[in-house]
Amino acid sequence: MSLSREYRQIEGTVVQDGSQSRMGYRLNQCLYSLRHEANRRAFADDEGAYLAAWNLTAEQRDAVVRRDWSEMLRLGGNMFYLMKLAAHEGRSVQHVASHMSGTDEESFRQMMIAGGRRPTRAEGAS
Amino acid sequence: MARIVGGVGTSHVPSIGAALDNGQQDTPYWKPLFDGYGPAREWLRELAPDVVLLVYNDHATAFSMELIPTFVLGLASEFAPADEGYGPRAVPVVKGHPELAWHLAESLILDEFDLTLANELDVDHGLTVPLSILCGQPDEWPFPVIPLAVNVIQYPPPTARRCLALGQAVRRAVESYPDDLRVAVLGTGGMSHQLSGARAGHINREFDMAFLQRISDDPEALARMSHVEYIREAGNEGVELVMWLVMRGALGDDVREVYRHYHVPASNTAAGLLVLEPIEHEPA
Repeated sequence: MSLSREYRQIEGTVVQDGSQSRMGYRLNQCLYSLRHEANRRAFADDEGAYLAAWNLTAEQRDAVVRRDWSEMLRLGGNMFYLMKLAAHEGRSVQHVASHMSGTDEESFRQMMIAGGRRPTRAEGAS
Repeated sequence: MARIVGGVGTSHVPSIGAALDNGQQDTPYWKPLFDGYGPAREWLRELAPDVVLLVYNDHATAFSMELIPTFVLGLASEFAPADEGYGPRAVPVVKGHPELAWHLAESLILDEFDLTLANELDVDHGLTVPLSILCGQPDEWPFPVIPLAVNVIQYPPPTARRCLALGQAVRRAVESYPDDLRVAVLGTGGMSHQLSGARAGHINREFDMAFLQRISDDPEALARMSHVEYIREAGNEGVELVMWLVMRGALGDDVREVYRHYHVPASNTAAGLLVLEPIEHEPA
């Protein structure tokens, strides 16, 4: 059976499929490790050493160090794994989401209060 | 025999749990959402099910990329609220129902639904927030809960059709249980939302309204929708709505809508709550 990758045409959307997951496996597992308090402390104490132990690509490591959420997403990071790092640093989903959509947190929050980002014509209403 | 006596579809947004845990439910931001929960809580209190089957997804908590099971049934006698990165929620431990859970496991697998079985399972906001929405802040949850975790965070999740069919099989399995248990089924997640990417914040109210109607009237139409349609219409994480179809399948052919509530936003999400009851037909 041939597989449709039609979801790749949805603008501004990264679906966590096999190719994203293969690219992001170590990155996601690294971020997942932060669910343990002892690991969160080790990460906070020496981020460079912590990341080095996970054998990330140079691009992934830089994206984490710069807290470049969009880049982490592009390099295979899954949003729910990125949130382990964000939550550890007291950052909300809105902080991460606003960064990914090119705005600031307060504007994003206001957009949501006003009903969220409207579907485009192509997405339509059912 | 055991029977399915009711179903609820509800969002499981973590910030709803946090709002409750931090006593913010009466703030202007949260009040319109929480005010809508009253009638559903009252309905559930009166229904007083003996067991709840709770369909939810784990969010990189109990499962990592190391192991990605599509359907996981929780068999344990209790499930601890998980530490999701900032300590566990201060909510009661979730008591299970191992006897019915094992009956479901055996029945469903013999009915060709190849479940993964969990004897140990910490449960995250996906499971505990719906309990908070429907029960508030009790010292103990008022009923035992059987968790049914569905993978929706690694593509591809099970199809909408498969979820509906699993629900139908759950109904057969429950009805083959010898004791007179009254079982309610909760389908959670959604409604429209997208947390990541340039389209983050996507909300599609028209789609959500149509979904809330069709799940009663025409679940087949929802079962025919592909993942790409769910993602395009309801957002990357809106695909969680397939979990509502497990609940719908368990209710049988015909249902009556008891209550509906819809509010935007809960943080980054359209929050929906739908209460359904099965319509029992007399045997011909």
